[in-house]
Amino acid sequence: MSQQPMTMPEGLGGVTADWSADKQAFPVPWGKAMMWIFLLSDTFIFSCFLTGYMNVRMSTTVPWPNPSEVFALTVAGKSIPLLLIAIMTMVLITSSGTMAMAVNFGYRRDRKRTAMLMFATAALGLTFVGMQAFEWTKLIMEGVRPWGNPFGAAQFGSAFFMITGFHGLHVSGGVIYLTVVAIRVLNGFYDRKGTYETVEVAGLYWHFVDLVWVFIFAFFYLW
Amino acid sequence: MAYVAIADRDHEHELHDPQSFIRKYIWSQDHKVIAIQYAVVAIAIGLVALVMSVLMRLQLGFPDTFKLITPDHYYQFITMHGMIMVIYLLTALFLGGFGNYLIPLMLGSRDMVFPYMNMLSFWFYLLAVLVLVAGLFVPGGPTGAGWTLYPPQAILPGTPGATWGIICMLASLAIFIVAFTMGGLNYVTTVLQARCRGMTFMRMPLSVWGIFSASILGLLAFPALFVSAIMMTLDSVVGTSFFLPAVSSMGENLKHSGGSPLLFQHLFWFFGHPEVYIVALPAFGIVSDLLSTHARRNIFGYRMMVWAILAIACLSFVVWAHHMYISGMNPYFGFFFATTTLIIAVPTAIKVYNWVLTIWRGDVHLTVPMLFAIGFIFTFVNGGLTGLFLGNVTVDVPLSGTYFVVAHFHMVMGVSPILVVFGAIYHWYPKITGRMFDERLGKIHFWATFLGTYAIYLPMHYLGILGVPRRYYAYSDSIDFISPSVHIANEWISISAVFVAAVQLIFLFNLVWSYFHGKPAGGNPWRATSLEWQTPDTPPKHGNWGKDLPVVHRWAYDYNVPGAPNDFIPQNQPPDGSVPAGRDHGVKA
Repeated sequence: MSQQPMTMPEGLGGVTADWSADKQAFPVPWGKAMMWIFLLSDTFIFSCFLTGYMNVRMSTTVPWPNPSEVFALTVAGKSIPLLLIAIMTMVLITSSGTMAMAVNFGYRRDRKRTAMLMFATAALGLTFVGMQAFEWTKLIMEGVRPWGNPFGAAQFGSAFFMITGFHGLHVSGGVIYLTVVAIRVLNGFYDRKGTYETVEVAGLYWHFVDLVWVFIFAFFYLW
Repeated sequence: MAYVAIADRDHEHELHDPQSFIRKYIWSQDHKVIAIQYAVVAIAIGLVALVMSVLMRLQLGFPDTFKLITPDHYYQFITMHGMIMVIYLLTALFLGGFGNYLIPLMLGSRDMVFPYMNMLSFWFYLLAVLVLVAGLFVPGGPTGAGWTLYPPQAILPGTPGATWGIICMLASLAIFIVAFTMGGLNYVTTVLQARCRGMTFMRMPLSVWGIFSASILGLLAFPALFVSAIMMTLDSVVGTSFFLPAVSSMGENLKHSGGSPLLFQHLFWFFGHPEVYIVALPAFGIVSDLLSTHARRNIFGYRMMVWAILAIACLSFVVWAHHMYISGMNPYFGFFFATTTLIIAVPTAIKVYNWVLTIWRGDVHLTVPMLFAIGFIFTFVNGGLTGLFLGNVTVDVPLSGTYFVVAHFHMVMGVSPILVVFGAIYHWYPKITGRMFDERLGKIHFWATFLGTYAIYLPMHYLGILGVPRRYYAYSDSIDFISPSVHIANEWISISAVFVAAVQLIFLFNLVWSYFHGKPAGGNPWRATSLEWQTPDTPPKHGNWGKDLPVVHRWAYDYNVPGAPNDFIPQNQPPDGSVPAGRDHGVKA
């Protein structure tokens, strides 16, 4: 900055002065800062979806179907509530674990392990989407449609297909994103670039998609 | 890796000067070219909306004269006029146009942080405009649901364009939001991360503060519109009932049931109210810089101005239901939203006082940008004061369906930001083109527009108090509360509207003519302090700053500093014996 030495004010004033100084406001790469801001915006999208769902659940005059029964699987003659959803949730949360490990190996510049863990993450994501497709098929076979279903309020199907569909699109997009980044990791693109920060940025997105699922799980399936 | 000022990473920033015409002007990643692309498309589609408003006024002023304007057309004009003006003209022009042009130049950066995404933002915006225009030609025409698109009527038979038109509108909005998100992420990240050396937050020109805050608002408010567009599309195409309760239409019970039309209104206005400030905050910021530069005085209360912008931005998220008083709500909610609405008047009033105190006893140069800036203060105070009426539940309920509201929002978020747009275009025209516009034509344009808009909107307040309902195609004499004076007023308003619309041709002519025949402007014709006037070339070349990035030593408002040799000190002027040290905000040097 200017030539003369600077003195920072103490206390809260110092915090403000430091934060507004002539440097990057957040000490992170541009891509990472932008991803955080995007995720904040995306949070508002999913919040609006969930708020809309809760609102129509209140406004509808027909009783809401019991999710534990609708989302039950019959295994060995026994009906187990939310079995598939529980497995899907496990798969997605596991994928967050592999993603976190990939980021760690990325910082160690371990090209192969980073790429492998990212491929594993993408594969788990693909498994999740596959199981979601199975769930959709099962419900459609049982007569659940966006405009009505045999179990109760029509909004059940509407909100279900819309919210899980929009989340499923996020997961599918994430799988493609992770695969592209993983291929670049493997062919040494980030070694040449000198930084693996893109792996972490992709990881941020992936963790966000998982976190959103936790909220969908809590508000739609458990409630 | 420690991340420090971008100035220290400048060597990483490779500059590939685009060579071919297409790379330079069409598929351009240069923020200045993208800004002009945004502005040209926004003004072009804005002209369509202007013509529509003229057609509406012709119908209202001279009913039964223009047989071509049917009631359906009238509603389609209302809808498209409102949506285009708010979203596709003002939002796109302030953020995509001025945001793109000014942020990197005012902050001393080479470009936006992600130029490729910035380019995509424009092309998505163009696609959104094309889908919107396509809506004019689909069977049934564009939607006539009113710009708020309230369901159930927006998607039920009886409303014009309820099948194809509304889908085009919703699709276009969704694409616009994608475009804005890509642009907005760039604007916010650039301001946060890519300022030049010495450019602390508290040295940023207020234009940047306004555009920066508006971009954040956009990123958080547009999601609500995006979600409601998806839900309404599903209701219309797939047959879901998010927004549709049990409805009987044309004597038949429709298959919908159990949805909530109020949900749409909440989602829409959760977007819609911040949208007002997405348009207003950049105008606030830009007008501050215009007033300060052309009155040769530092902006009064810079810190207060910044905090007022931030306070308005935060408050704008908790006032939305004041648009819904007549939809009915719990009185406690009404009380809450009325209170927050009136509180937002406080920071806004601080800004108005500061603008007036900035030019108070200043060395006011009545240049064209300055005239528009002063005109803005008038129209904004007018529109703001009527806002206080409408913010109160009990006053709003009788006035909400009348022309009082039309007068209010046109004054406060139609005319006011547009005056700033004009002022800003005149102000930065010499930098963008390198030539000066014609001063005389500019002054004619100002006076005709400024007085003309008063001729249009002042009588509307009167109509509103008389109780003349808005969104009516015609007022029959058999409605006994419509007095004959209403018809006279309507004729007067319509004639004024045609006049004001025609005057805009002078503006367009001036822009085009001056581009070829204007006097060369030089690098800094207004003797302004902020960085965009200190570029080595005018118009600035790709990369903006030549070899070295500028270094900032002071805030952007050092006009008439005692002891300085000139009446302005540029932001990048280092302090030495002849020039006093920069005034600083944030860090004490």
